[in-house]
Amino acid sequence: MANPKAEAATTPYLAADVLVLGGGPAGAWAALVAAQAGSKVILADKGFFGTSGATAPSNTGTWCVPPGPQRRAAIEKRAPRTAGLADPECAERVLAETYAGLLELAEWGYAFPRDPLDGSLYIANLRGPDYMRFMRKLVKGAGVKVLDHHPALELIQDADGVAGAAGLDRQGGRPWRIAAGAVVLATGGCAFGERMLGATGLTGDGYLMGAEAGARLSGMEFSAQYGIAPARTSLNKGLLYRWATFYDAERRPIDLGPGERQIGVAKALLKGAVFARFDQADAQVQDWLRRGQPNCFLPFDRQGIDPFAELFEVTLRCEGTVRGLGGIRLASAGGATDVTGLFAAGDVASREPLNGAISGGGGPNASWAIASGRAAGRSAHLFAALYRRHMKVRADARAEAIHARRSQEEPRHGMAVAATGGLDVNSIVEGVRAEMLPLDRHFFRTDDSLRNSSIALDSLWAATSTGYSGQDSVLRRREASALLATARWSVAAARLRRESRGIHRRTDAPAADPAFAHRIEIRGIGKPQLSLTPGPQVLASAA
Amino acid sequence: MIEIISASRCTDCNICVKVCPANVFEAAEGGHPVIARQNDCQTCFLCEIYCPADALYVSPIADGPVGVTESQVEAQGLFGSYARELHWNEGRAGGTEQDPTRELRNFL
Repeated sequence: MANPKAEAATTPYLAADVLVLGGGPAGAWAALVAAQAGSKVILADKGFFGTSGATAPSNTGTWCVPPGPQRRAAIEKRAPRTAGLADPECAERVLAETYAGLLELAEWGYAFPRDPLDGSLYIANLRGPDYMRFMRKLVKGAGVKVLDHHPALELIQDADGVAGAAGLDRQGGRPWRIAAGAVVLATGGCAFGERMLGATGLTGDGYLMGAEAGARLSGMEFSAQYGIAPARTSLNKGLLYRWATFYDAERRPIDLGPGERQIGVAKALLKGAVFARFDQADAQVQDWLRRGQPNCFLPFDRQGIDPFAELFEVTLRCEGTVRGLGGIRLASAGGATDVTGLFAAGDVASREPLNGAISGGGGPNASWAIASGRAAGRSAHLFAALYRRHMKVRADARAEAIHARRSQEEPRHGMAVAATGGLDVNSIVEGVRAEMLPLDRHFFRTDDSLRNSSIALDSLWAATSTGYSGQDSVLRRREASALLATARWSVAAARLRRESRGIHRRTDAPAADPAFAHRIEIRGIGKPQLSLTPGPQVLASAA
Repeated sequence: MIEIISASRCTDCNICVKVCPANVFEAAEGGHPVIARQNDCQTCFLCEIYCPADALYVSPIADGPVGVTESQVEAQGLFGSYARELHWNEGRAGGTEQDPTRELRNFL
C-alpha cells in the first residue's frame, strides 16, 4: 500500500444503511432485524456465514423462560452465581428478546423437536449447523447482501462517527470498502489461538477494531474459561461430563471437590494426566447422548474408544472470552457503543451485564447472541434511518471518507510490514498462546505470573509496533495483532483485580474482596488506560 | 484436522472451498479441490456434512495431521458418518426434529 490514495481510488466500494461484521448468531439476528425494518443491509463474514464461529459446530441450549412469574424467579435463582457484577434488568431484557426470537424461528419453520407426551414444540435447544444454515436462509431471504470470506480489517470514521469498514476479499485477493450509516460489530470473542471448535476465526478482531475507533472494553479479566475435551481434539463440549468420572494418571478416581468441575480437573492436570469415562450414564442416557451430541462422539468412534466403558485422556481447552466474557462495553440496552454509529452484539460485546463474573455457560450465551443481536440490529436501523433523514448532506462526504483515510490517523498495528526487524505472525501467535493457554498462568493466576505475562506480551507488542516481518498476509497480521491486544487487555485487567471473583482465580488472593465489586473498564491499545466503575451491587447499596 | 479429499468420491463441486470457515481448501483448475492450508483447520467437521458426495474426512485430532489413508477411512465406513448421525443427506440439512438433547438438559 505504497500510495494509499491511489489504492483507495481503485478499490470498489459498496454502500449500505447497516453494515454487519460477522456471521455468527448475533450478526445474523442483527442483519435480519435491520433488514426486516427496512434498512439496506450488508453482512460481511471472515469465513462462511453458516459455518463461522463457535455456534455453528455445536449443539446449544438457550436460556429460555416463558413470560410470567417464573421468569423473575429464574433470574433471582441465578443472581448469586454472577458474583455481584450482573444487572437483573439485563437478564429480563435478554429473556424477553430470546423468547420472542425463538418463537419467530418456530413460526418461520425451524424444525424444533416436539414433546413426545403433549406434542408441544421444545424451543430451548438449537442444533448449531442447522440453526446457522437456517439463519443464512432467513437473512438472504430478507434481502441482505452476504459477503463470505470478506474479513474486515479496520473501521473507517469521519467527523460524524463510524462511516463504514475496509477489509479483504480473501478468496478474490482484493480489498473492499463499504460505506454505511451504522456498523454492527459481531465478530465474536477471542480464543487466544486455542484449537477448539470455532476458534480459527475468533481472534478478537472486533475488540481491536472497536478500540481503535474509541470504544471502551470491560470485563477483560474474565477470560479464563476452559472446557473439557478429549485430549488432542477440538471437542470442548461439556454436557457429556455430567455423566463422567475422572481418573488420575494411576487410574484412581479423582474427587473433584465442590464447585465447578473444571477447577478440579485443572488441579489434577497440573499434577499429571487425567482420564475420564462416562460411567454414570445408563443405557437410556447413552442413547440420548449419542443421538443428541453426535459430534462429541467423533473423537471416540474415530479412534475406536468406547467412552462408556473405557478410560480416555482429557485436557482443558482455553475458551477465552468466547465462553468467558469481556469485550466492548455497551453504552445502552440497544447495543450502542461509546462510538457514534458503532453497535456491538454477541461475544464481541461484554457479557458482564448478563453473567457478572462467570461464563454463563452455553445457554445464557446463546440467548445473549440472539437478544443483543436483535437489539443492535434494531438500533442500527434506527440510527441509519435518522442519519439518512437529518444528515443527508453528509452522505457524499461519508463516501469520500472511505476513499481517503485521514492523514492524521495513527497507523494501525499489524497493517504494515517492517522495513527491518519485527517479528513474524507465527512468533506473535505462539507468544500469545504461551501466556494465555497454560493452566498455571491463565486458569490460575498470581501477581507474579501476570507480571511475567505482561512483560512478555508488551515486548511482542513493541517488537511489531512498526510492522511485522515475514510473508504473511495483512489478514494474518491483523489477526495476530488482535490476539495480542486482547491478551494484553486481559492480563492488565487481571493484574488490577487483586482478588478472586467468578472465573478470575487468583491463588495469591483466593477470596472475593468487596472493594472490588466494580467493573474494570479499559480504553486505548498501545498504553491501555484502566478505570474502575461501580458494579450494580455497589450502586444498589448506595441508593 | 481435515485429512482426506477422496478422489473417487469428489465431484469437483467446490462447495467445501466455499463453506469452510477457515478457508482451508482451494479450487484447482480442471481437478479436485486441494487441502491448501491444513494447519488452519479448526476441526469443526462442518465440511463433511456440507459435502454432497461424502468425500471428506476430518480426523478428530486437532493438534496436527495424523496421516490417515483413504482406504483406512473407507474400510471403517467413516466417509459421511457424521452427516448420517445428524440425518443430513447429500449436503442437505435435516434431523433437528429428532434431536433428543432436551431429555439430557432435564438432568442439569
